[in-house]
Amino acid sequence: MTILKADGIVKYFTEPEKFKVLKGVSFEVAKGEFLSIIGKSGCGKSTLLYILSTMDTDYEGNLEIKGENLRGKTQNELAAFRGENLGFVFQFHYLLPEFTALQNVMMPAMKLGKYSNEEIEHRAIEKLKLVGMDEYARKHASKLSGGQQQRVAIARALVNDPAIIMGDEPTGNLDKANSIKVFDILSQLAHDNNQTIITVTHDPDFANGSDRIIEMEDGNIIGTHFPKQGAKQL
Amino acid sequence: MNWKLAFNIAVTHLVSKRRQSIIAMLGVTFGISMFIIMISFMTGVNQFTEDMAMDNTPHVRIYKPIELEDKKIISIDNPEKGNDWHVLLHQRPKNELPKIKNGMMLMQQIESMPEVLGVAPQISSQVFFNNGPVQIPGTINGIDVKKQKELFALDKKMDYGDLDDLLKGGDVIIIGKGLAKKTNVTLGDRVSVTTPEGNNLTLKIVGIFSYGIVSMDESRCYATLATVQKILGKDPSYVTDLNIKLKDIDGARAFAANLANQLPEAHVEDWETANASLLAGTAIRNIMTFVVCATLLVVAGFGIYNIMNMNIVNKMKDIAILKATGFQGNDITGIFLLQSLMIGVAGALLGLVIGFFISYLLSITPFPAGEFFRIKTFPVNFNPMHYLTGVMFGFLTTLFAGYFPSKRASKIDPVSIIRG
Repeated sequence: MTILKADGIVKYFTEPEKFKVLKGVSFEVAKGEFLSIIGKSGCGKSTLLYILSTMDTDYEGNLEIKGENLRGKTQNELAAFRGENLGFVFQFHYLLPEFTALQNVMMPAMKLGKYSNEEIEHRAIEKLKLVGMDEYARKHASKLSGGQQQRVAIARALVNDPAIIMGDEPTGNLDKANSIKVFDILSQLAHDNNQTIITVTHDPDFANGSDRIIEMEDGNIIGTHFPKQGAKQL
Repeated sequence: MNWKLAFNIAVTHLVSKRRQSIIAMLGVTFGISMFIIMISFMTGVNQFTEDMAMDNTPHVRIYKPIELEDKKIISIDNPEKGNDWHVLLHQRPKNELPKIKNGMMLMQQIESMPEVLGVAPQISSQVFFNNGPVQIPGTINGIDVKKQKELFALDKKMDYGDLDDLLKGGDVIIIGKGLAKKTNVTLGDRVSVTTPEGNNLTLKIVGIFSYGIVSMDESRCYATLATVQKILGKDPSYVTDLNIKLKDIDGARAFAANLANQLPEAHVEDWETANASLLAGTAIRNIMTFVVCATLLVVAGFGIYNIMNMNIVNKMKDIAILKATGFQGNDITGIFLLQSLMIGVAGALLGLVIGFFISYLLSITPFPAGEFFRIKTFPVNFNPMHYLTGVMFGFLTTLFAGYFPSKRASKIDPVSIIRG
């Protein structure tokens, strides 16, 4: 079942001069798939991810998520859509430093306002357990290590049970041990919870562990690999 | 939008940046407390000068002015026709009694009008005071003691003796403090009073008053209506002034104009016309107060504006994250506007407390006003309206100062921040 469909995505940068970053990218992602996007710096993979994330609206082409066409929606509609359907994990963990780990995880759910506060707290603790961070729930985000913060950030991305979780180099800033932990969590989500994972990564081990790899160069997709089916390893 | 969540985030932000929040708050506190002190003191001074003048001033005064007769006697039999004019050189004012016709009846009529608090009749006349060979000019006022007390609080101006003593015997008088000093008399002494017509009466002094206005204290004295009628040799219906106090002082001008239409033969004057210079002074002081206060609040507002702007620059990453996780533009505006308002309201409330405290200290500080002023400490006006205005001002200033940075925060593009 297709959950995300990108059709002829074209993106220009206007600074410092007009430059075509994405030259008509099209692909589909199935529900429960663990997808990695790889490519050299400047190939446009992060730009593509931010268009898929609905945060960047300045592009040409069509984007459909869960069968909903997202072109022409207002910023506020997109924010609401993100809150309900998308979860993000960034390279620099970006927790709100004044709040505890638990509060950070609860925040998107409280914004969504779908459940009562008690239930949100219960769910948030569940997600923290999933990433092995439940014993740090009451600690301030600024007191946690980088790896711990990234795991809390994943719990935050999960709290609304989004259909798609997007990661911009989620392991880019972590050591080997923490990278493996983060990878295990994400791959478990895809295979056990049937949630879709789309990540941009530089880490070949991370990419080789995913279901499908899309390779990009100069704003185009130049190849698709299925590492688990004995295709070439990166 | 979810105000409770926005409020929680705003509070957490403020508490975690405690020093910055307190400094922003103190900016407002300083502005509002100065506002309270300035306005309490300034309006206190205005109130004091106004009271000093107004206690003693009727809201509307009816009297018979000395005026030139416009009609010429020669015109009665030979009316002016065409180009014939009567020209009269060196016309003299008509010798007419300054008496108000049917004064007592008129008084009762006016007193029954709904706007009127009361009417006090008065007889004024120039007199000379003698104690020994020197004549000192002054005025004697015949008053209805009870009404003068009720409407003009003359009993509050007594330094020595009691106003009611005027009623306890014939031929008694109370005189101004300056006049008593000039003639060198005290309670129980007698002073000789001579009218311009030459009538003379010796009166016993039963009281000394002071208004705190030198020109009045050096020339005035009061006796009963009957005593003054006796000195002047007039009948008991003789009254020269009707002093009216209204329930609403601001209606004086309209009331006077209305009354003047009904009383063509007398002159009706309202207090605003009679005290134009005093009012101008009050207005100028009020304008000054408001300009200074507005400046203080604008400065405090710019302080908040700066701090909020800095705050938002510091919180760029957080804003981007909130937006990425589903917060909309107006949620972000709400969070930062609430921070600004909390700073403003807390600062304003603290400002009120400090402003009240310093105003209170000022109100018990001795004020060396000289012997003529009936005042011992600085005049301070504790009007709850000023405190309400202060909070409102603080609220509005911070709302304005916080609005633009908050709006800016809501427009932050999360992609540009998260991508670095």
